[in-house]
Amino acid sequence: MEKNEIIIRLAGEGGEGVISTGDIFTQGAARTGYHVFTFRTYPAEIKGGHAWYQVRVGAYPVLSMGDGVDVMVAFNAEGYYNHKHLINKGGVLIYDPDTVTPEESSSVIAYGIPFNTIARKELDFFRGKNLIVTGFLAGLFGLEPSSLEGLIRSRFARRAELLASNLKSLYAGYEHATKKIEKRDPYFLTPVEKIPRLVLSGNDAIAAGALAAGCRFFAGYPITPASEILETMSKELPKLGGVSLQVEDEIAAIGMAAGASFGGLKSMTATSGPGLSLMSEFLGWVSMSETPCVIVDSQRAGPSTGMPTKLEQADLNHALYAGHGDFPRIVMAAGSVEDAFFRIIDAFNLSEKYQMPAIFLSDQSLSHRTESMLKPDLSRIHVEDRLRPTAEQLKDYRRYAVTESGASPMSAPGMAGGAYVAPGLEHDEKGHVDTPLQSHIIMMPKRFRKLDGARKDMGQLSRHGAADATIGVIGWGSTEGVIQEAVDRANASGHKVAALHPKLLSPLQVDDLRKFMDSVEHVIVPEVNYSGQFAHYLRSILGDSVVQLNKYGGLPFTPGEIFKKIEEVARNGNQRGNSHR
Amino acid sequence: MVTSAVTLTVKDYKSDVKPTWCPGCGDFAVLSATYKALADLQLRTERVVIVSGIGCSSRIPYFLSTYGVHSLHGRALPMASGVKLANPDMTVMVMGGDGDMFAIGAGHMPHAASRNLDLTTVCMDNQIYGLTKAQASPTSKIGQVTKSTPYGVAAKPINPLLTVLAAGATFVARGYSAKPKMLAELFVAGIKHKGFSFIHVISPCTEFNNTYSFYDAQATDLPADWDKSDLQKAMGLAITEEKPHLGVWYETERPVLDQVLHSLEKEIKPFDTSAYLKRFE
Repeated sequence: MEKNEIIIRLAGEGGEGVISTGDIFTQGAARTGYHVFTFRTYPAEIKGGHAWYQVRVGAYPVLSMGDGVDVMVAFNAEGYYNHKHLINKGGVLIYDPDTVTPEESSSVIAYGIPFNTIARKELDFFRGKNLIVTGFLAGLFGLEPSSLEGLIRSRFARRAELLASNLKSLYAGYEHATKKIEKRDPYFLTPVEKIPRLVLSGNDAIAAGALAAGCRFFAGYPITPASEILETMSKELPKLGGVSLQVEDEIAAIGMAAGASFGGLKSMTATSGPGLSLMSEFLGWVSMSETPCVIVDSQRAGPSTGMPTKLEQADLNHALYAGHGDFPRIVMAAGSVEDAFFRIIDAFNLSEKYQMPAIFLSDQSLSHRTESMLKPDLSRIHVEDRLRPTAEQLKDYRRYAVTESGASPMSAPGMAGGAYVAPGLEHDEKGHVDTPLQSHIIMMPKRFRKLDGARKDMGQLSRHGAADATIGVIGWGSTEGVIQEAVDRANASGHKVAALHPKLLSPLQVDDLRKFMDSVEHVIVPEVNYSGQFAHYLRSILGDSVVQLNKYGGLPFTPGEIFKKIEEVARNGNQRGNSHR
Repeated sequence: MVTSAVTLTVKDYKSDVKPTWCPGCGDFAVLSATYKALADLQLRTERVVIVSGIGCSSRIPYFLSTYGVHSLHGRALPMASGVKLANPDMTVMVMGGDGDMFAIGAGHMPHAASRNLDLTTVCMDNQIYGLTKAQASPTSKIGQVTKSTPYGVAAKPINPLLTVLAAGATFVARGYSAKPKMLAELFVAGIKHKGFSFIHVISPCTEFNNTYSFYDAQATDLPADWDKSDLQKAMGLAITEEKPHLGVWYETERPVLDQVLHSLEKEIKPFDTSAYLKRFE
């Protein structure tokens, strides 16, 4: 039976072309009309170390990196030995017999292809090895080489001498698969309707969404896995009359963003956990002075410097609680690349409307993975601008006027009559700081009241899966797809499961969560961290006990891992003997 | 700089908030000099932003009728940089103390100077932490006994002028609170200067470190024929001076960051989401 969904993993030495081979194949597949979902991990070093790239490609939407590996491409012996145990039964191993000597296996179909020799001896172009592999994969699985050719042509448009050699390499690989070997595996990408899809990474989507939301100021400090946002903003903002700047540290980054926001521009900074730690002091100032500001935290494995290129969803506590004193904040997390594009716009809208910090959580998996998505429906984009004082209000301007929503009209330098001092000190409606005790009692509820509006603006949470579910799965952030896939699999095998995936984490949409939790018997909370930060947060607010599912090895969940937990809970209930209520 | 159509006087720049400083504090003179400089330049109040950090001197924005930011300890420079980059045609002053600029916020100072953003930075140096009641500051003298250094300060004081000269400040001056006329002139020159200007002000703390009589005797004007364009000479003086010299130490011209950044693209276009996303097809 033909299998038209394939999980391909490429592994080898960092800098050897593992990532670029994967990228070109992925883009070519997406251009042909397939759905793609990639995951990559690489060493923190620039050259050397073990790197691998995985792409799952199919005719139907793919929501996660999938289970196991259907096709393993070993660039070297280390690549083979590190991943061979993951090859699914009946799967494929592609290797170069000059560098890898695989063990005998009856359950794996092996193709030994002398990529290095073809590159060196047949083509006299050693750097063509990646494209020989790319072409071979295309030929083996029936992918039209024309889409790949187009990509290579645009990549080497200005280097004619390289273009010819690279194209030759691509077709050498393609012909090797179609003419020189006998296909023995069942994997075949059936032709699909060619619907143009976008292929972009989470960081691409975050930058694009921020620009669409009207962000015109960015300051940042390089940090994995967030640096691409700084790089994109630095390239794009000048074209829009905005400013993007690399600055001396993360404190300066958020300080400048806050200053530019006070100055009238929608502003953002982006960092990872270590940078968010440094930014903490400003979160309180931004909330106190009611200055809009968006902070992206692309989480990586911690604590401390941790594992900079590996995944962990462990900055939730920090995002929710960082900073001294009591103050309201928006915390959001996106579930997929497409979701990141829309949710960062939500983060800007809430930050601008309610004049408080909005922390947007991505992570190494979401920031660096690429996914295919349909061109977004731009009519869905609603951009919120901050409330400005009217001419009438400027006659006796009260920057921090107490209002029903909690948000007050915000002036900007240049507006006559609008002058005020943005304070970190407790202040009255005019921003004066001389009667703090009295002001504190009035201003605390004024500031916190804004969260009610933010919660309402996000609308209702929608659930995924069975309407009559007995088991619920509640996740957050980049695990949305893998949870949905596991839930679909569970429902297909007779369980009754539904998933809920809140994107707004502060404030929490408590009513929807309550309703969902009351509708099921058991709740599983999968998250990529050791201690179960979200599970604890849910317990602290809703009071229910939940079943934790934690993974902390630096890699994302596979659908099988979550499915296994669902089966376990279906069989045994909550192992501690009590349901979540 | 956008000036006013009607004539503005010192009182137009005063807010209705009365300064909280101790009687005789050097910062009063800095405040008066600021009023006077802004009035001399006829700057419209809504087009001026005063950004400060934390400390006695950093209360200054509340006492002006302009826009202001009372930020965090040490963070006035980054915040002012954001304000300026968002509003390149407005006057942005950074005002604060020696602790703000050379201890907790010291990491920002060389970068603000090297970027040459058009900010006017005024450091009110009293060589003591006043608001927390008399602990050592980064500019306290060796041997100075304070509450936190009961056996005397051991560290060599940071040299503010040498620091900013080395980092690339394009206008460097020193004033003294007991010489208010000169102070206002230095502020006018600093605001007029295109680029990062740094004005070091000896601003004694009458409560915890009253140095008026010392500086009255020691402070001396730069020679009348002082060559402001000579960086080596200025740095040499910063290293060797025994008596503090007042006046404009150094001034030069260098591309200004806010203008460089805002001139990168000839033609500014609105963001077209649909066109932007084409690159991912």
